[in-house]
Amino acid sequence: MTNLKDGSRRMTDFTLSNPAAAGKTAPPAKAGRRLPTQWLGVAPFFLFTLMFLILPTLYLVLGAFQNDAGKFTLENIVALSQPTIVAAYWISIKISLTSALIGAFAGLAIAVAIVRGGLPRWIRSATLTFSGVASNFAGVPLAFAFLATLGRLGLVTVILNTVFGINIYAHGFNILSFWGLTLTYVYFQIPLMVVIITPAIDGLKQEWGEAAATLGATQAQYWRMVVIPVIWPSFLGTVVLLFANAFGAIATAYALTGSSLNIVPILLYAQIRGDVLHNPHLGYAIAFGMIFITGLANVLYIWFRTRSERWLK
Amino acid sequence: MKSGKFWAWVVFGLGAAYFFIPLIGTLEFSLRMRRGVYSLDAYRVVLGDDRFQATFSYSVVVAIFTILLGVLIVVPTAYWIRLRMPHLRPTVEFITLLPLVIPAIVIVFGYIRMYGSDSPLPFLASARGTDALLVIGYATLALPYMYRAVDTGLRTIDVATLTEAAQILGAGWTTIITRIILPNVLIAVLSGAFLTFAIVIGEFTIASLLNRPAFGPYLQNVGANRAYEPSALAIIAFAITWGCMSLIQVLSRFAPKSANRPN
Repeated sequence: MTNLKDGSRRMTDFTLSNPAAAGKTAPPAKAGRRLPTQWLGVAPFFLFTLMFLILPTLYLVLGAFQNDAGKFTLENIVALSQPTIVAAYWISIKISLTSALIGAFAGLAIAVAIVRGGLPRWIRSATLTFSGVASNFAGVPLAFAFLATLGRLGLVTVILNTVFGINIYAHGFNILSFWGLTLTYVYFQIPLMVVIITPAIDGLKQEWGEAAATLGATQAQYWRMVVIPVIWPSFLGTVVLLFANAFGAIATAYALTGSSLNIVPILLYAQIRGDVLHNPHLGYAIAFGMIFITGLANVLYIWFRTRSERWLK
Repeated sequence: MKSGKFWAWVVFGLGAAYFFIPLIGTLEFSLRMRRGVYSLDAYRVVLGDDRFQATFSYSVVVAIFTILLGVLIVVPTAYWIRLRMPHLRPTVEFITLLPLVIPAIVIVFGYIRMYGSDSPLPFLASARGTDALLVIGYATLALPYMYRAVDTGLRTIDVATLTEAAQILGAGWTTIITRIILPNVLIAVLSGAFLTFAIVIGEFTIASLLNRPAFGPYLQNVGANRAYEPSALAIIAFAITWGCMSLIQVLSRFAPKSANRPN
């Protein structure tokens, strides 16, 4: 913490309200030259994030544009177009987008129900608490839960089969498939949506509804012309966030399907473990592709967010 | 409005069904280990497993170090940003959000390439170094949550006045942070800590790629090889997550609600 102490030297320049403190902690250090010592206060943070967040990522991004000799090349990016990799990206995008959309609509419906539906108050707080838990209940245990529920011997599978005579596996359902994984991802997508969108629904002012009613709007018109336009940006923004959330996830999918479902994070995982693509730089390119997609998604998110904040302030 | 309420109940009911059926299914499955009757055998087997105890306590220790590292980095930074360098806030906030943009698997891939045994900073050359890198990786993952929690906590106290008062009484920076600021944002820090714990305890990707004997890879391994134990583990993991979140809820009741100084 000594660096913070140094930072205080600079304080005299900025704080007018504490001359006593300034007098105490500001010895006339090396007259003439002043180091920007207050930066030392944030130096550990910037050093840490530079070393363990930004540089490692940059290393991969640069590696994606280099060949073995370290020369600039686009070969690795072009090599991403081989069928297995394209298929992996495509199925990842499909799963992430589907689970994000289902999660967003279901989450929105639940948020509207608990905020506007006239349900008892405890339901609202219970739902929000549960959403906090469920949005963090991802990874390997979530996969176990769905295997125990919808796996071949899972509770729901068995009940549907014995009580209702419906064998979902005979009808082509498989937990180790696109829809199985999507249904599983929805389990953390809906709660995340509820957590993020509830404040936005809360932000709908009572007055707007009253104003609309005064002007003779029906309930449907109020929704179509007031609520939806106001909610829309935060809704889209959250869809994008959910997309990125699912796109980078690997643990659930890996525990659920092993490596049988070829999504990008699993492909990258296999590549890191054993260079299955026989080209380390192709691994960098896959990582770069992932950052590119989640980055793009987040740029959209920020854009939607700034648009929605205009109304919710 | 009557029909509105009806539909609200329908939506709520469907949602509750979707969320509770897998939990019930898992619970039921975890009790089925002994043929014909419900028993706690799966839990007994799991809790009695040496590897469970070893990996779980390893992950708890890693989580504690992660929380300490996170607090050490985030609290002084968030404090300093609020006190002296508010113009840096957007930059710092942007950086703290990056772990949500860059998938964990990409971050750990970068570590493996940058800090390998023949690099200038060979974290991966020794087991201790790899442990350290695991803690660092987790602290990075938890950064968005920790920073937000601490920053929200700082918003409810008057940082500048507290600092000035402490300085007038002759406190140095270390004293100010550890004895004035930290106790005042302790509840926020603890919320961040429990969230960090919930994230770290079953994390799979980083631990697995760094080859550390953590709880996440153990879970995956059991899942690939056993039938009933995974369900018991899932219930245990859910209970841990639930515990962390409930503690955050309980703590938030003690947290000061109003901002003395909106900025």
